[in-house]
Amino acid sequence: MLGSLIRDKGREGRRGYTLPRFDVERVDLGEILPKGALREEKPGLPEVDEPTVVRHYTNLSRQNWGIDTNFYPLGSCTMKHNPRANEAAAAVPGFAGLHPLQPEGQIQGALKVMHEMQGFLSAVSGLPAVSLQPMAGAQGELTSILMVRKYFEDRGDTERTTVLVPSTAHGTNPATATMVGFGTEEIGLDEDGCVDVEELRGKVDGTTAALMITNPNTLGVYEKNIAEIADILHEAGAFLYMDGANVNAIMGRMRPGDAGVDVMHFNLHKTFSTPHGGGGPGSGAIACSGALAPFRPDPVAEKDADGYHLARPEKTIGRVAGFHGNFGVFLKAWNYIKMHGPELKNVTDMAVLNANYVRAHLRGTYRIPYEGLCKHECIVQPPKGKKALDVAKGLIDHGFHPPTVYFPLVVKEAMLIEPTETESKETLDDFVGAMLELAERSTEELEEAPVNAPTRRLDEARAARKLKARW
Amino acid sequence: MLEAIGIGTVDDLFADVSPKFEGELDLPPALSEYEALADVEGLARENVAGLPIFLGAGAYDRITPASVGAITSRGEFLTSYTPYQPEISQGVLQAIFEFQSVISELTGFEISNASVYDGANAVAEAALMTARQTKRDPQVAVSKGLNPRYREVIETYGVETVELPFVGGTTNFSDVPEGVSGVFVQSPNYFGGVEDVRAASEAAHAVGALAVAVCDPISLAVLEAPGKLGADVAVGEAQPLGMPLLFGGPYAGYMATRPEFVRQLPGRICGETVDKEGKLAYVLTLRAREQDIRRARANSNICTNQALTALAATVYAALMGPEGLREVAELSISKAHYLAGRLEEAGFSLRYGEAPFLWEFAVELPDVGRANEALLENDMIGGLDLGDGAMLIAVTEKRTREELDGFVEVLKNVG
Repeated sequence: MLGSLIRDKGREGRRGYTLPRFDVERVDLGEILPKGALREEKPGLPEVDEPTVVRHYTNLSRQNWGIDTNFYPLGSCTMKHNPRANEAAAAVPGFAGLHPLQPEGQIQGALKVMHEMQGFLSAVSGLPAVSLQPMAGAQGELTSILMVRKYFEDRGDTERTTVLVPSTAHGTNPATATMVGFGTEEIGLDEDGCVDVEELRGKVDGTTAALMITNPNTLGVYEKNIAEIADILHEAGAFLYMDGANVNAIMGRMRPGDAGVDVMHFNLHKTFSTPHGGGGPGSGAIACSGALAPFRPDPVAEKDADGYHLARPEKTIGRVAGFHGNFGVFLKAWNYIKMHGPELKNVTDMAVLNANYVRAHLRGTYRIPYEGLCKHECIVQPPKGKKALDVAKGLIDHGFHPPTVYFPLVVKEAMLIEPTETESKETLDDFVGAMLELAERSTEELEEAPVNAPTRRLDEARAARKLKARW
Repeated sequence: MLEAIGIGTVDDLFADVSPKFEGELDLPPALSEYEALADVEGLARENVAGLPIFLGAGAYDRITPASVGAITSRGEFLTSYTPYQPEISQGVLQAIFEFQSVISELTGFEISNASVYDGANAVAEAALMTARQTKRDPQVAVSKGLNPRYREVIETYGVETVELPFVGGTTNFSDVPEGVSGVFVQSPNYFGGVEDVRAASEAAHAVGALAVAVCDPISLAVLEAPGKLGADVAVGEAQPLGMPLLFGGPYAGYMATRPEFVRQLPGRICGETVDKEGKLAYVLTLRAREQDIRRARANSNICTNQALTALAATVYAALMGPEGLREVAELSISKAHYLAGRLEEAGFSLRYGEAPFLWEFAVELPDVGRANEALLENDMIGGLDLGDGAMLIAVTEKRTREELDGFVEVLKNVG
């Protein structure tokens, strides 16, 4: 039941779990703890029985849509089917019960998974070195830019103060550059929606540390000049970083390393089918060139004649995670890659086919800001006078999760649609039918949507104005 | 489909791609589900698992109730994205609101975020937060009592650390240097000792810095909430609340603070509101702090939280309740003190015998490596080799008296 909190379903003294009995003498806390350390009031946690807990959270889940329940074409997020084989892999007790600080001799299976996964990501990226440690895409970006900074520090090059960011970049890109201490400068687009090479040429100089490019970019457009862009940066001694949010569009069709990319991150929870879990955990593994490899986070998995080891890269930036990163997530992604092998290329082909198919059917009714082929996602704008937000909410009444809206910022009323390869033609046809129907509706009618969801539209301003973030 | 698009072949979809990759990806041939999972089982056998574990140091072998996994494996939670469309995401949103409430109850603070990547990142984000709030350079005072892995992440993020004296198993906060943005107190600390959070808070405030308490959430069932001891921020690792060890992750970091610091708190925050018909509902709020809105001026680049593991923590806390959580703590404390007592009887010395501790302590051992080998021969996974003649031992509610007695016998024989 919506709005009814778990704490409000309890009665004093109820419990939902039975623990083992004391088999040693119960210690008197007053005797072992200093005065004032002991808690005076018990925390106000729920006091509920197990059936109540299970029913409460089961009913909450029914207020929520996932890929399992609905088509979820959220652009830039790659909401593909999450195979349950991955979940089964991560639940195997020999992994689930493994402590991260066990000695190397006791963790050879886990290190082999890490070592193989590093190799898999090298194969897909065309870059020789990998770190699995970053725990989300944004942390992969941060790790990459920290490595770039450390590279220049190591050479005594103190002139590198700026990171260039295209106007289509994810918000995490400029936020990352700022966190690492770089200034950011924006690069505009050419008429195809790609990075403006001439503008870039004018802005790259001895103060440039890197360009953060997304390819395909957030318009769903392939950066056709990526190799030339890499050359421009390299001639100035700067690096090309690639945001790998959209790798689902290029597997087996291009390798970033071949195009001159120096460092990139992957979103294992996007491209390699691990579940998003309502906003995490993800995994933001990075791949890099030989020049940047010594700066990778500590540790990485290595192999020699004696077996697998955890090794500290020579000039490491240090740790970015408490232990080895989200091992459970890369175990799932490793399993997914094992189940696809070189046929990952088919994944990309079908993802790009599906996006172009949807776009072809929306063309004419919805506006297409950039012509040419799209990659794994397409960007459209509603008919003039209609709002992307209203169409999005209307889709909910049709049983479809809305696409990403109002991103990227350079396209007004943007709707970024990413169907992924795991949807059938029939689902895509139904979705297109709903989009076309919504385009016919009056603005007044659209503004009422959704009417069939667990709630109507929310008063978001009130949440900020009268902040209440706990019971 | 190709006809609708107006092209002849799938290859045409990639006509604009340059440089093209024409080869085959260098990956092993595709396996069926059955074959892939058989490989996983095979690799799992190359690990040593399923034995009693005496390792802690930031990750703990605790009981996970079966209901936790049953809830977190529900597809509506598992396969959803960040709740950007609140009308169809009330399940995740209310679960986040309840997680924030659990953390607020445990820590004694009004505001908690929706979680961050792990405990180490919660600590590092808190260090950056102290600099923003005090408008000082990021420089924090820490002691050896802070988990060294947390300290490494702080330093990776460009925060300078200054060392406070660590004497007899606890930190001496009497001489905190001027100019630091934050003072960190981990309690129980890395060696298991209970620290004086109030003294740390007072010392921080005396130099105009923020006090950050780093707390194991289970310990807050028995130790006073840091919010009531003068701390400004509480952070920590939520793994002990129902998350499997899983070789180090995914876990979840928690962060809690006072309302006046909320704008400097990174990460997602879920708040209560109403829909257009006045029905109570939840939504991500104070979004103007975040990267997708503020871009280069955001207070952090952080985007994801750990919604699914935070859900595990919430379900765990609901099942245990205040009494169950206290019992988990007391079982662990009682068993740890039993083991420490038996070791002392057998002639071993605790490294910090004078410091009060809960369920983790260091014992002096001339050859920890040999001791751990002997423990493994007797089907036990020993404690952490501190590298200087001591073993850090963690005892959870899972350990039985028989296992504890067996542990002592093995160490006696090693000598």
